[in-house]
Amino acid sequence: MLDLAVAYNRYRFLGDEFLTWLWFLIETDQNTFRNIDPDCTALEMGNRIVLENRKKKSLERITIRGDDAGLEEGRLALKKGALLAELSLVFKTGENQWQFSIKGESLNLSNFKAPGPALPPSQEEMEGFLLNKYENYNKINVFIEKVFKSFIKLRVSTKWSAKVIPNIKKWIRSIDA
Amino acid sequence: MVFFLESYHMGLLSSSVSLSRYRVEGHIEKPVTETVAKGLKKNSVAEIDQDISDKSVGWTSIESPFSPNFEGSSFSFGNLFVFSLRVDRKSIPAKLLKKFLTIETSKRLEKTRRGFLTKDEKKVLKEKVTTDLARRIPSTPNVYDLIWNYESRDVYFFSNLRSSNEELESLFKRSFDLSLIRIFPYTAADLLSDLSDQERDVLIGLSPTHFSD
Repeated sequence: MLDLAVAYNRYRFLGDEFLTWLWFLIETDQNTFRNIDPDCTALEMGNRIVLENRKKKSLERITIRGDDAGLEEGRLALKKGALLAELSLVFKTGENQWQFSIKGESLNLSNFKAPGPALPPSQEEMEGFLLNKYENYNKINVFIEKVFKSFIKLRVSTKWSAKVIPNIKKWIRSIDA
Repeated sequence: MVFFLESYHMGLLSSSVSLSRYRVEGHIEKPVTETVAKGLKKNSVAEIDQDISDKSVGWTSIESPFSPNFEGSSFSFGNLFVFSLRVDRKSIPAKLLKKFLTIETSKRLEKTRRGFLTKDEKKVLKEKVTTDLARRIPSTPNVYDLIWNYESRDVYFFSNLRSSNEELESLFKRSFDLSLIRIFPYTAADLLSDLSDQERDVLIGLSPTHFSD
């Protein structure tokens, strides 16, 4: 394995490409998420996206906040060469929902709200509470791991250049339609 | 107890959390729970409130962060180990240091009946004042929870702060002789994505995609 500090910077673009691809999938192919986790009824964009454009001389950072977080402005930024650097998401099942933000360069999660109470009802119920809490955080981590695996398998295949890039370009251009 | 948890935990027991993920590398000596307990006890956080130290880093219990207790299997829940990293720091405000340094300098000048202190005397006096204040000022604790699933070799650490993650990585290695590999795009691809040797070769040579025309 490469030196981790070197690998973190050398391949940080993979995280930004992953989030951009994820946004494309959210809008065009929800079945992928259901195939990965049959409980998933929808994966939706949350209320904050951050884009970064590294094609320009200096780094350009665009943050869009609010419900239905300015998706048109975001796509316009994609058209100018930006990629998603951070994305807030809502993962829904029939009964519950998880909200979180994911950062491209680190895959760190923040503002992570999982279903269930924040504190145990009593000291005696601590074990059950912690196991349940773990399951709720683990569900999203396993989901992201599997989605990322689908992405990276595509990214190292010939399909990436032949199919995925043209489809994403077409999707980005569709803002003009 | 619930009040304690609510008051001091910004991690696992908050309604909104930050989470970094790690993979544990290496083999842990059996019996696992006893080995982990030994590492936790040996490296549990030391109190520095009556001490001149300005920093203390160690493990503590999630249920009682200010009186670490790793007796029995209090940190073990099913196949999970749940405990916390505590980082205590003392910070002397610059204005407070300046105040006591001025007072001590005046006292010294009066005592020696001189009009000035030499460079070395000033340095020694500053060290003395800093040490005295460090002993009197209480430390500020920060508690970061973690969950270690020893079967899947995953660690969820409830902080994204760079400094706390670095403290975790070095204390974990020191305590259990196991390395924590941070999961970020490259390591997720290399360790978690079941790539073939051929796919791994392609991964190494990848360069950024441009989606814009």
